[in-house]
Amino acid sequence: MKKIKSVEEALSYIKPGMTIMVGGFLGVGSPEKLIDGIIEKNIGDLTLIANDTSFPGVNYGKLVEHKLVKKVYTSHIGTNPESGIQMHSGEMEIILTPQGTLVEQIRAGGAGLGGVITPTGIGTVVEEGKQKIEIDGKLYIVEKPLKADVALLRGAKVDKKGNVYYDHAARNFNPIMAMAAELVIVEADEIVEIGDINPNDVMTPHIFVNVIVQGGK
Amino acid sequence: MNIKSIIANRVAKEFKDGNLVNLGIGLPTLVANYIPEDIEVTLQSENGFVGIGPAPEQGKEDPNLVNAGAQPVTINSGAAFFDSSISFSIIRGGHLDFTVLGALQVDEKGNLANWIIPGKMVPGMGGAMDLVTGAKKVIIAMTHTAKGNIKILKECTLPLTAKGRVNMIVTEMGVMEVTDKGLLLKEKNPTFTVEEIQAQTEAELIISEDLKDMEI
Repeated sequence: MKKIKSVEEALSYIKPGMTIMVGGFLGVGSPEKLIDGIIEKNIGDLTLIANDTSFPGVNYGKLVEHKLVKKVYTSHIGTNPESGIQMHSGEMEIILTPQGTLVEQIRAGGAGLGGVITPTGIGTVVEEGKQKIEIDGKLYIVEKPLKADVALLRGAKVDKKGNVYYDHAARNFNPIMAMAAELVIVEADEIVEIGDINPNDVMTPHIFVNVIVQGGK
Repeated sequence: MNIKSIIANRVAKEFKDGNLVNLGIGLPTLVANYIPEDIEVTLQSENGFVGIGPAPEQGKEDPNLVNAGAQPVTINSGAAFFDSSISFSIIRGGHLDFTVLGALQVDEKGNLANWIIPGKMVPGMGGAMDLVTGAKKVIIAMTHTAKGNIKILKECTLPLTAKGRVNMIVTEMGVMEVTDKGLLLKEKNPTFTVEEIQAQTEAELIISEDLKDMEI
């Protein structure tokens, strides 16, 4: 199965109103060409699931600046002032979630689990309106799984079958999101031949990846 | 030493050989500079690795090697990278010996508020709630007051980061331990009297019988 596609073809799968997950941590480990393509094509009304809303002018931070996002599930918006402005004006709904909970909600979405049972947020506003359960005398919050229509990821090396190798701290949310979306698109810094990545070094197995696009300059 | 150095230097004295530590953004990051050389302490970065090294030389930054505040860093030999699920398993799962964070408010029951000022500043909690919930010991490293506003209270008024999880507060005025009975002042900066420290603290301080001087 041929997975390598042009950025243009990959973008044709992303429709207004969809829920997208974008890998990365403050824009590190995030796909550049796919994000710029969404902005160019003005694909809006999106629900974004990402660790943070990045910085102004940096990667998925630009989706917020271009007002293409109606709702965001995230742990941090403080580095992108535009997020706060749109939250206060009511243009964008923001669901703030502790980072460890957010990543596990995504993992649960991809792993077929019914939710996350976490002590994080007990005794804070995070628990408001949520189911709580006691296990062995300790209170936990039940958080629902998160899934997306499309996951947009970035890999340092991706082989033609779709096996992904990430570089340094660029791994972050990418391998988790690879399991939690209907369609998974990976932007590769470098596309390599099958076998060039040692099977022991594969961080996201090819079975999760649907589309590969060439990133870089 | 300046105020920040006094605080960072004192926090670093809590660590023991072999500890795994997460340092928050801002003042807590400075603690790394004061870790005694005769012990091995591993620093975690919640964006996905253990073994944070010093800042890189100018021109040698790697865009994929940054700390949780997006500042370029290096790694020490023996470092390890992982995804965010593992990173927060380390944090929430009780594998961190210490987390060191700043605070907007902290109170005598060990409650912490450091992620939101409703209507004014809504940055989000990031990893803070998980860190404070999961670490074995939570140290608050901060200036004693903020522009004259008292931060060590009987009860936090801002939305909490976590309830009853703070173990120790280190400021330029002293070292306070959170106990069942309230805040125990264990060490003080010799340039202040106990009365002067109390005047800058809303919570009533219990003075240790063995009150020591902080290194300044």
